[in-house]
Amino acid sequence: MKNRNAALRRGSLVQRLALAPYSFWAVLFIVVPLFFIAFYAFTDEELHFTTENMRYIFTYKTDENASLPFYVTIFFRSFKLSAISTVICLLLGYPLAYRIAHASPRMQSILITVIMIPMWMNFLLRTYTWRMIMLDKGILNTYLGKLSLGPIHLINTEAAVIIGMVYDYLPYMILPIYSVMAKMDPKLLEAARDLGCNGFGVLRRVIWPLSLPGVISGINMVLIPSVSTFYISQKLGGKSNRLIGDEIEDLIYYNRNLNRAAAIAFVMMVLLLIFMAILQHRANKRAVA
Amino acid sequence: MDKIIELKNITKAFDGEVVLDNINLNIYDNEFLTLLGPSGCGKTTTLRIIGGFETADEGDVIFMGDRINDVPPYKRNVNTVFQRYALFPHLNVFENVAFPLREKRVPRAEINERVTEMLKLVALAGFEKRSVNSLSGGQQQRVAIARALVSKPKVLLLDEPLAALDLKLRKDMQQELKKIQKATGITFVFVTHDQEEALSMSDTVVVMSEGRIQQIGTPVDIYNEPTNAFVADFIGESNILDGVMLKDKRVVFAGHVFDCVDSGFELKEPVDVVVRPEDVDIVPEEKGMLKGVVTSVTFLGVHYEIIVDIDGFKWMIQTTDFVDVDEHIGLYIEPDAIHIMKKSEYSGMFGDYSSFSMELDEIGELPEENLEELGELTDPEASEDAESERGE
Repeated sequence: MKNRNAALRRGSLVQRLALAPYSFWAVLFIVVPLFFIAFYAFTDEELHFTTENMRYIFTYKTDENASLPFYVTIFFRSFKLSAISTVICLLLGYPLAYRIAHASPRMQSILITVIMIPMWMNFLLRTYTWRMIMLDKGILNTYLGKLSLGPIHLINTEAAVIIGMVYDYLPYMILPIYSVMAKMDPKLLEAARDLGCNGFGVLRRVIWPLSLPGVISGINMVLIPSVSTFYISQKLGGKSNRLIGDEIEDLIYYNRNLNRAAAIAFVMMVLLLIFMAILQHRANKRAVA
Repeated sequence: MDKIIELKNITKAFDGEVVLDNINLNIYDNEFLTLLGPSGCGKTTTLRIIGGFETADEGDVIFMGDRINDVPPYKRNVNTVFQRYALFPHLNVFENVAFPLREKRVPRAEINERVTEMLKLVALAGFEKRSVNSLSGGQQQRVAIARALVSKPKVLLLDEPLAALDLKLRKDMQQELKKIQKATGITFVFVTHDQEEALSMSDTVVVMSEGRIQQIGTPVDIYNEPTNAFVADFIGESNILDGVMLKDKRVVFAGHVFDCVDSGFELKEPVDVVVRPEDVDIVPEEKGMLKGVVTSVTFLGVHYEIIVDIDGFKWMIQTTDFVDVDEHIGLYIEPDAIHIMKKSEYSGMFGDYSSFSMELDEIGELPEENLEELGELTDPEASEDAESERGE
């Protein structure tokens, strides 16, 4: 008995040792940065506690007559553009993921590789190429002009930012949904058909609810990077479509105000957290019903 | 009885490999029919063609008089209990059973009533709110049955539904399935590779091999009157010997002439002779029709299973009398214990127990001189140990 307890203790020591690098990593790169963001958000330049940063970002106006404070407008725009992009990614990515998951194994690996290839190219290069495509005298408008269909003014519009976001983040929507669908037991789909579902019924009552975990992580992986992006909005959105990321960059590089930058980042994190919690809660409720 | 399903000349190939070869089968209303055969015999494919998950390359599927080859599964009045149950993991027990009713937009009150009634039928009342993932294999099985029966199909297809259950539970479920079938009056088409299961549950057994139907009959017919060596070997244990019909009710095999009850063969026609292990009586050597040496004895609880060497052919005999290894015994066979079959493509493939797995035990039981011959094969110390153990 004693030996067994000792063995158990040894086991747990080994386990703890094995986990140590990960715990260390998690503390160093997750907990510490989070702590610093919260710390900077609620301190001034002399590191004294203050709520001034929060007050500032919720009240500062560039123009006395503006209906909303400056940063609130930016928050709204960031969430609006990234939400639209996420929905478009979902609408494009879901059927695609379904098709891939139901292709032959050989075809699956080909299609997944095709989807990943753009991700191997440099992100900045990809975005900059879209700028070249969408300029008023760019590649797209040249061809549209030749076909007498254009020109269309795209560059520096919200649409341009959304196109950029969708292009850059679509794979992050497809992959998690695909991996859930590929694991789905085909017998469940047969059972649904057997029990009276036509194609749409199978999708609505079995495939969709079972793919929700993939959908949620897809939403996570598209929404979060696009809400905080700065490069896409700078290159494709111009001065009138600045997002949260752009403002944080300005505060750090031009104003050297880490505290306000941290306050914005902190608010954004809280908002995202609330949003994801609501999403997860609704998904759970569905799963139980 | 009315024909409910008719399979006419069904042929099916996957990637050029024929899995069903001209299947003709009538399934009647209210019967418990079992498709029985080893894996790869085409029984599951037959079931999937009835269910609508596969389409036949050739031939017709007739359901209550209508050809339904191209009718999709959801429009067929047939439901399936899948091998691994295929319960919906995102729905609880109640919602799993209610699934087909919700699809048909049955009123809420009626759904409640019918689901409750079904769960009572499968002895799962009170489990409504449970997650299907928290259920045992047997309970999941019952949910799958309730779900398949709740929309009152004309035919229930069961694809090896008991294969994943342990022996005790399997026996209980066999009884219960039979009971449910009687209570609901629904035609059951049951697929299994377990011959005992097939015999104990079915009204009709369809024995399949290599994509063809070998025999259709009641369990008693199939057991007592197998049509060929495959069926005789697959259903129960059989000693299958080469014989020649001398005339009606007179057959020679194992170097001895026997009276039998079969007739209708040609004079001197070579035949396969089946003798079931339980139909052979052991008598003193001098009184036996056949004489042989016992080469192995295995105690199986209800009886001993012994292997007897008769002129090089090894017979299996089941007996409640104890005989010892190396004993010389006689065998006595009643005329009605001898079943004569026409020669078939399966002749000579089954029915000799010389390749029986018990042979491994025989090696350990060999007399000393043979042990020396085997010396190179066996570890000398191990055989010494065996010797000393025997001495004690």
